[in-house]
Amino acid sequence: MSARQPLPKWATNILMPAMNVLLALFVGGLAVAVIGEDPIEAMRVLAYGAFGSGYNLGFTLHYATSLTFTGLAVAIAFHAGLFNIGGEGQAYVAGLGAIMMALWLDQTHWVFVLIGATVGATTLGAIWAAIPGYLQAKRGSHIVITTIMFNFIASAFMSYMLAQVITNPGANAETRTIAETGRIPLLSEYFVFFKHSPVNIMLIFGILALIGVYILVWRTKLGFKIRTLGMNPDAARYAGISAVSIIVITMAIAGALAGMMAVNEAVSVQKRLVVGYVQGFGFIGIAVAFMGRAHPVGIALAAILFGALYQGGVELAFVMPAVPSELVVVIQALVILFSGAMDQMFKPVLERVFGAFRTRSSSTETEEA
Amino acid sequence: MVENQTQNAQQPASAAELPAAIDLKGVSKSFGPVQANKNINLTVKRNSIHGIVGENGAGKSTLMSILYGFYTADAGEIFVNGQKVSIKDSSHALELGVGMVHQHFMLVENFTVLENIILGAEGDHLLASSKAAAREELARLAKDYGLEVDPDAVIEDLSVGQEQRVEILKALYRGADVLILDEPTGVLTPTEADQLFRILEQLRDEGKTIILITHKLREIMAITDTVSVMRQGTMVGTVATEDTSPDKLAEMMVGRRVLLQVEKTAAQPGQKVLEVEGLSVTDEMGVPRVKNVSFDVHAGEIVGIAGVAGNGQSQLLEAISGMFEPLLGEVRINGKAIDFHGEGVADEVREMGLAHVPEDRHKMGLVTQFEEWENSVLGYEDSEKYGKGPMLSLSAARSEAEKRIEMFDIRPQNPRLKTANFSGGNQQKIVLAREMDRDLDILIVGQPTRGVDIGAIEFIHKQIIRLRDEGKAVLLVSVELDEIRALSDRVLVMFDGEIVTQLPPTASEKEFGLAMAGLDPAENE
Amino acid sequence: MGFEDIIPLLNSSIRFAVPLLLACLAGLYSERSGIVDIGLEGKMLGAAFAAAAVAALTGDVWLGMLAAIGVSISMSMIHAVASINLRGNQVISGVALNFLALGGTVFIGHSIFKRGGTTPNLAKDERIGAIELPLAQEIGQVPVIGPIYEQLISGHSIIVYFAFLAVPITAWVLMKTRFGLRLRAVGENPKALDTAGISVFLLRYQALVITGILCGIAGAYLSTAQGANFSENMTAGRGFIALAALIFAKWKPWNALWTCLLFGVLSAAQIRLQGVEFPIIGEVPVQVIQAAPYVLTVILLAGFIGRAVPPKAVGQPYVKER
Repeated sequence: MSARQPLPKWATNILMPAMNVLLALFVGGLAVAVIGEDPIEAMRVLAYGAFGSGYNLGFTLHYATSLTFTGLAVAIAFHAGLFNIGGEGQAYVAGLGAIMMALWLDQTHWVFVLIGATVGATTLGAIWAAIPGYLQAKRGSHIVITTIMFNFIASAFMSYMLAQVITNPGANAETRTIAETGRIPLLSEYFVFFKHSPVNIMLIFGILALIGVYILVWRTKLGFKIRTLGMNPDAARYAGISAVSIIVITMAIAGALAGMMAVNEAVSVQKRLVVGYVQGFGFIGIAVAFMGRAHPVGIALAAILFGALYQGGVELAFVMPAVPSELVVVIQALVILFSGAMDQMFKPVLERVFGAFRTRSSSTETEEA
Repeated sequence: MVENQTQNAQQPASAAELPAAIDLKGVSKSFGPVQANKNINLTVKRNSIHGIVGENGAGKSTLMSILYGFYTADAGEIFVNGQKVSIKDSSHALELGVGMVHQHFMLVENFTVLENIILGAEGDHLLASSKAAAREELARLAKDYGLEVDPDAVIEDLSVGQEQRVEILKALYRGADVLILDEPTGVLTPTEADQLFRILEQLRDEGKTIILITHKLREIMAITDTVSVMRQGTMVGTVATEDTSPDKLAEMMVGRRVLLQVEKTAAQPGQKVLEVEGLSVTDEMGVPRVKNVSFDVHAGEIVGIAGVAGNGQSQLLEAISGMFEPLLGEVRINGKAIDFHGEGVADEVREMGLAHVPEDRHKMGLVTQFEEWENSVLGYEDSEKYGKGPMLSLSAARSEAEKRIEMFDIRPQNPRLKTANFSGGNQQKIVLAREMDRDLDILIVGQPTRGVDIGAIEFIHKQIIRLRDEGKAVLLVSVELDEIRALSDRVLVMFDGEIVTQLPPTASEKEFGLAMAGLDPAENE
Repeated sequence: MGFEDIIPLLNSSIRFAVPLLLACLAGLYSERSGIVDIGLEGKMLGAAFAAAAVAALTGDVWLGMLAAIGVSISMSMIHAVASINLRGNQVISGVALNFLALGGTVFIGHSIFKRGGTTPNLAKDERIGAIELPLAQEIGQVPVIGPIYEQLISGHSIIVYFAFLAVPITAWVLMKTRFGLRLRAVGENPKALDTAGISVFLLRYQALVITGILCGIAGAYLSTAQGANFSENMTAGRGFIALAALIFAKWKPWNALWTCLLFGVLSAAQIRLQGVEFPIIGEVPVQVIQAAPYVLTVILLAGFIGRAVPPKAVGQPYVKER
């Protein structure tokens, strides 16, 4: 009796991602065991490193904030049926806008720096993402490939800018540091709990972005059009929705969201722009979006998970030097693989399990009756 | 064991002596609850051209797919050359000598003719020898059957007719003795079709057996030796072509069905609402689909467009509703011409007073992953009714949806349910409610009751009549002749992209059948 | 720049071009069969590590090569299961494999060698050595042709010659063999192949094995022929340049050769042009040359110079209609 049953919503949205994460952690644990270390201890250190104290939690939340932005950038494009893997480049180029505004305004007050950097970051991020969007909509160039190419073009462009144009003489390819007066406060200045961890006001922006995307996608006319286009392009054509403008607008919003990472990481914490500051967060945003099923609540949870892995990994390298912190990258890769590309692996099994369970419960019911 | 009563009775006695090329006994096939083939018996003589006719959805293609090994029958027996076989897949069918020319060609577009011919039948790891052999064989086939194609031409440079020859050559190269052609002339010009017929006749004369699936009676009469008629998944009968006539066949195809009863009073046409003038539409592939079509629809009347599917109706609807830019011609609504330039024309056309219930609700009328109320908004999302400015008011949209659920008796009565979970009839009501519950001047509606249960059909028909009685114009496109005749005040018959004739809905089945098959009723009287 | 400057420039262009060419041909087999491969980078990286690590542990560079190919094929098979059997998202699978290689190589490398992800340096005889072609020294004396033969054509590792040989072989396989015919067909119209009774699954698996082999050799070249050890993320985006080259080459083997050579020249020039003043335009920033392959590919994709039409069925999982 293994009749397949369609899975209930909670199984696809909570149980399956949870199983994917557990399997990834299990494989990661195996790897730890193979190199002769204690996997349980490693996982404990990982968890403590991520959540064990206000200081550790502050780091986790800081990374989760960046991942929220890059994850939303993938998710919103996904709602329009577009696969944006350019978050990395969009966040990088946005760093230029953010830092230039911040350096221009840093003699005033941090509030102006915050506003200026946000405007600068979102503008450049939006432009950088809208170009591949336009090329897809008007010229038919595949957005996956174009956004990959734009990541590398961004990388070359930014190293030029940082080495030649807005460089800080004497330093190695980075800008000057933001003056004291213009520094965006860390949350630890208001809550001692977070000690000196980098979590800052952008955490609130991250939460606002999650709410904002929710409202945009499910509560506005534009969001309605985006979802229509993403789910059924023919229906969008029938409804008279202009695919070109929706694609360009959606990509611009995606780029603006990815760009917000620059304010969180470069302006608020590093207080200057360094070469390669994005550090793969744009790519991990893909995993965040897929694990979070492109829904803000899911993205928030997935961002915390990946932020915790990142921070826990740093702690792990410190406490258990024999376990390389790259363990975390491996676990991340496995989560992406299982939840993004192999999610059909568990489905048939689960469907059978659920099917068998239901057949049994219904047969007992009939027996009773 | 099921006897083949129908065939034996009507076949010449001589055929019984040789084993038949194909013999199907009691073949049945279901797809879920839909029974596509019910207990089919069919005998195809060797060295003959055997036609299979029937309306769309009569089960012709399913039956042939079983013979070609694409589907497996649920029940029944298949005999090829008198041998009982169970066909596992299409390569097995080919081994048995059964080849198929699909309606949509299975060719690799950027390959040469030669490469397509040998694909899957190369014989050797290196291509040189098999290419040389194929080249020789092609020359022979060209000589024997008049199938001339340049072996080095690339498929995408060929005309549709030539591509079809390549498909036929593919089957012959693989040693097919029985050749099944599925609607082979659907994509051909009349000249190309005639060329094809000459080739088929030559193939028969050289000893091949041809099975021709079509819904065009002209072709059946012109070329077949024997013809079998299918209707609603059953085999109505098999007759020798010389013993029958187009009107007899039309009658067998359509059947004597009870005319749908729809109560309505005589139409009281008012002023012109929709004017179509010299409209020509060419599809993405550059094939002309609508050819210089002109007609008017007045307020307070239902104009029906009858025709076999694929004769340009879909393209006509898409052009009138602003979804597809026509090549030539003009469409006016209340005297104002549609400007087809730019994007979002469909939206402008809506604002001009046209409501559109599309032919295929799954493909474009609905987003099936949406909740019911969201589909109630689709196409009208910019309306002030659903919220001011950029915001979408869920409460406004949902209460509107609830009102329509009430009005159109949509079940289950839950606007939060996913649309995919509604039955076909209720999905169609969602679309109809959205398009009818608005300020409109003309409703254009395609296949209003396709895949809809009986109860809902009646309701939908009543709603369309009500709209007419309120003085709105209605343009109805349907492949269901009964429906067209029951609802329309005037009927235009479309064939091969043209409106061939106008008939009153009271005209006979036969007249409609002939017109829809592209034949002039007057000639066949 | 004189003649004597050009030969070293071309020589280093060849060294840059070879791993690109191998990865590009690897991608060609995969994408021609209808499977998108974003994971060329990861497979090369995994292979580069395996080659250097095994060579360092055993002292046998050819065992290293075998390990490289093995690792690369295994990764390719993960991609095959995800994209062919599970009909998953091919792009995500590629992204995941890239991350897996990035983390996995350092994780294992650090665990074995305790050097933070790098492998020990290989001695000269533990690497894949250069081959001197016959009469190199003698012919070297002949003006013009001599230096070209001695310094440019002779003196590379066997992998370099293999890579250049792989181009005509691939062209031959594609155009002249049964496998090639079916491979080209399955990426364009898998249904045509299926109705002809050929297994789409099997063919795509075969293609991905070849992709694995070629990426494996490319990786081994980086760490045991061009370099003398493995270091973290040593592929540094070469897999993506190879992907760009594949598109720029319009998925054709001979075009792939010219494109990879062009991209190789760009890489070599990048180093040599630093600080060089050109008339009128002045100094060209290295980053302009760095970005050139990607910019060229975007321009091509947008249809401004010709049209790059990918295999029609690429990226779409094949579902047999039943």
